[in-house]
Amino acid sequence: MKDYGMVIVGAGEAGARAAVELRTQGWTGAITMIGNEGRHPYERPPLSKHQLVDAAEPVPITILDSNRLIEQNIGFHTNDVAVRINRQVHTVELASGIQLPYERLLLATGANPRKLSVQGNAAKEMLYLRTFADAIRIRERIQPGQRVAVIGGGFIGLEVAASAVKKSCEVTLVEVAPRILMRGVPEEIAKLVEQRHREAGVRFKIGVMIESVDKEVGGEYVISLADGSAVRCDAIVTGIGAIPATALAVVSELEIENGVKVNEMLATSDPDIYAAGDCCSFPHPLYGGKRIRLEAWRNAQDQGTHVAGNMLGAAVPYSALPWFWSDQYDQTLQVAGLSEPTDTTVMRNLGDAGKLFFHVAGDGRLVSVSAMGPTGAFAKEFRLAELLIEKQARPELEALANPGRKLKELLRA
Amino acid sequence: MSNGIWIEACEVDDIEVEDVIRFDHEDRTFAIYRTEKGDFFASDGYCTHEKFHLSNGLVMGNLIECPKHNGRFDIPTGQAKRAPVCVDLKTYPVKIEDDKVFIQI
Repeated sequence: MKDYGMVIVGAGEAGARAAVELRTQGWTGAITMIGNEGRHPYERPPLSKHQLVDAAEPVPITILDSNRLIEQNIGFHTNDVAVRINRQVHTVELASGIQLPYERLLLATGANPRKLSVQGNAAKEMLYLRTFADAIRIRERIQPGQRVAVIGGGFIGLEVAASAVKKSCEVTLVEVAPRILMRGVPEEIAKLVEQRHREAGVRFKIGVMIESVDKEVGGEYVISLADGSAVRCDAIVTGIGAIPATALAVVSELEIENGVKVNEMLATSDPDIYAAGDCCSFPHPLYGGKRIRLEAWRNAQDQGTHVAGNMLGAAVPYSALPWFWSDQYDQTLQVAGLSEPTDTTVMRNLGDAGKLFFHVAGDGRLVSVSAMGPTGAFAKEFRLAELLIEKQARPELEALANPGRKLKELLRA
Repeated sequence: MSNGIWIEACEVDDIEVEDVIRFDHEDRTFAIYRTEKGDFFASDGYCTHEKFHLSNGLVMGNLIECPKHNGRFDIPTGQAKRAPVCVDLKTYPVKIEDDKVFIQI
């Protein structure tokens, strides 16, 4: 019996969940997790939301604290980097020189903010949000009366914009694409989101390229746009997507395809190495094996939990429904499943509770649902819609559109 | 915690079968459940993970799922059943009299 343990590279949501689940499922050998932020695993979703706004200095919401790590007997290198995998002898080499032998290895390395490549002397001064330390930096800059420019109309950019508005900043959001939320959010919802932001006072520059970002004498930033206009501001927060952290997988010659390439069991091209969370792309069984990569909290959590079983030999395909949510002002938006522009969209109007949009494929299958409304109000209906998608149901369009028809009954049908 | 006082929370028919409603009393909030089998239960109203009303969640069998992060609890016992919740939910005794639901707090 080799004394090789389970090694987890990455101490974010996916890595932490996997560590705990390995113990829960009965692994009694060593478990070692490697983080590079010098702090315990914590929840990232609040970073763009209340932790930017709350009056009290925020503290990370810890997923695994010291007590729990000791109780679960999980080893943790809090501030180190895995630089090489020696796949023949099953060891991982850390930047500190430590060599960790592994029975199975999990890559939960996450993703890093995509950097905006732009002309000008202030390109390096733009703020990005990924870590707790990033959030603290942004928090210090969004003070009442400040002019804040947000580049990028995705979830992060919009949430930062909403938080800055709450802090009484003047906010301008710049999006080079034809509309906000181009990736994965249907146009109907994107319109509602944009409208809510406009009501809150956010100004938009949409569908216009950025020519340069400069800092003038006195510290003011100027974002020059291709239409000849300019946005003058005191801080710039850029959220234009994330790039999967694949450096370790690349030097270790694992297959890469939009992230670390894994199969439906979340195994990489090396059967003893797995990947989970933002860093990996995987084929989704509910959508004909379409290869996707998700940057989402729930996916990181679910894949982290799921992969632990497979690392212990279970060989169960991962098939959880893709799911995203975002809180902005008093509104929540949620998207579950994957839709195509060719899908038919049906609206169910819940009145004060918000609006649900069902996306139905050409063969009649419900493939995706999206919703926007006051926080919590549409949650039951949304959850039932998710169950309908998982069941690959083909509900009648009229039934979906009619709030009088209970989704629970459609589910039983 | 329980000081033995029974308070009227709602009518039996206020809750659909396999559903949950919110009940606020003084400065506290509770969730009152009716399961598929027709049994009634009561618990604290907020999820133990983040302060979020469980009454917006979906009841499936004997489980309540928090709508925010999909943590789950066993309704009769309050036991935490699915991450991210790890702290059990406090439950309260329930009785039915004259088609009214009473909980003991």
